[in-house]
Amino acid sequence: MVTITRKIEFPASHLYHNPAFSAEENRRIFGKCNNPHGHGHNYTLEVTVAGEPDSVTGMVLDLTELKDLLDREIMQRMDHRFLNYEVAELKDKIPTCENIAIVIWNLLAPRIRQGKLHRVRLYESPELFADCYGDGAGR
Amino acid sequence: MKVTLTRRYSFSASHRLHSAKLSEADNQRLYGKCSNPYGHGHNYIVEVALGGPVDPATGMIANLANLDSYVREHVLSDFDHRYLNEEIAVFKTIVPTSENLCIEIFNRLKGFPGARLERVRIEETSKNSFEYSGESK
Repeated sequence: MVTITRKIEFPASHLYHNPAFSAEENRRIFGKCNNPHGHGHNYTLEVTVAGEPDSVTGMVLDLTELKDLLDREIMQRMDHRFLNYEVAELKDKIPTCENIAIVIWNLLAPRIRQGKLHRVRLYESPELFADCYGDGAGR
Repeated sequence: MKVTLTRRYSFSASHRLHSAKLSEADNQRLYGKCSNPYGHGHNYIVEVALGGPVDPATGMIANLANLDSYVREHVLSDFDHRYLNEEIAVFKTIVPTSENLCIEIFNRLKGFPGARLERVRIEETSKNSFEYSGESK
């Protein structure tokens, strides 16, 4: 098995707020991430696809196809957006790194036609990232 | 759905690679300049990876503020700006290679109450990194 990884970056804003919690609970649990007007990050997304290189092309999958998929499904949906309000898949979720990574996994996994999605790694900052491996074994 | 959350921390510390079980000549041959008698330092990066279910109410595997304070209390406050050989008890008897440092930090963090500790990864320099995921994996 060989993996290939493509990286994209997109700035976006978000805030953490659960309407089921009181204002005090939201503040206590989410801290400054609960500030009402939100805040932003430069997200970095690494998408890793695993497979065997094709005997004719030598590729696990065509990188151009992956690039187009990331552009269509991720960039157009999330780039320069307020994730809470503008990304339907996150509407009723807290847009943490973990939840965004899961949403990205679910958007990409069924659309990868060659190889298999192996890992979605989403950096919120250089100090914090979430990895999603789907329901497969992963590591 | 398997999800892990990883947080990066850093601390600066010095160490010396030197085994009392080896001769001076063997230490020098094995560890080279890392065995120089007064030690040397690194800016260590520690990546702490947690796994477990994402709490639907918070969207989180673990509250980062809790993780930060746990790592500060159990690792950073003891390790930062210290000489590992002399000031961390376990390294009085074992060599403070980054392999052993990974295991020591893993053992200090595995009791974190908020989530399962998946992995500790250490960058000793930008060229060398080490990972430990516990015994059972």
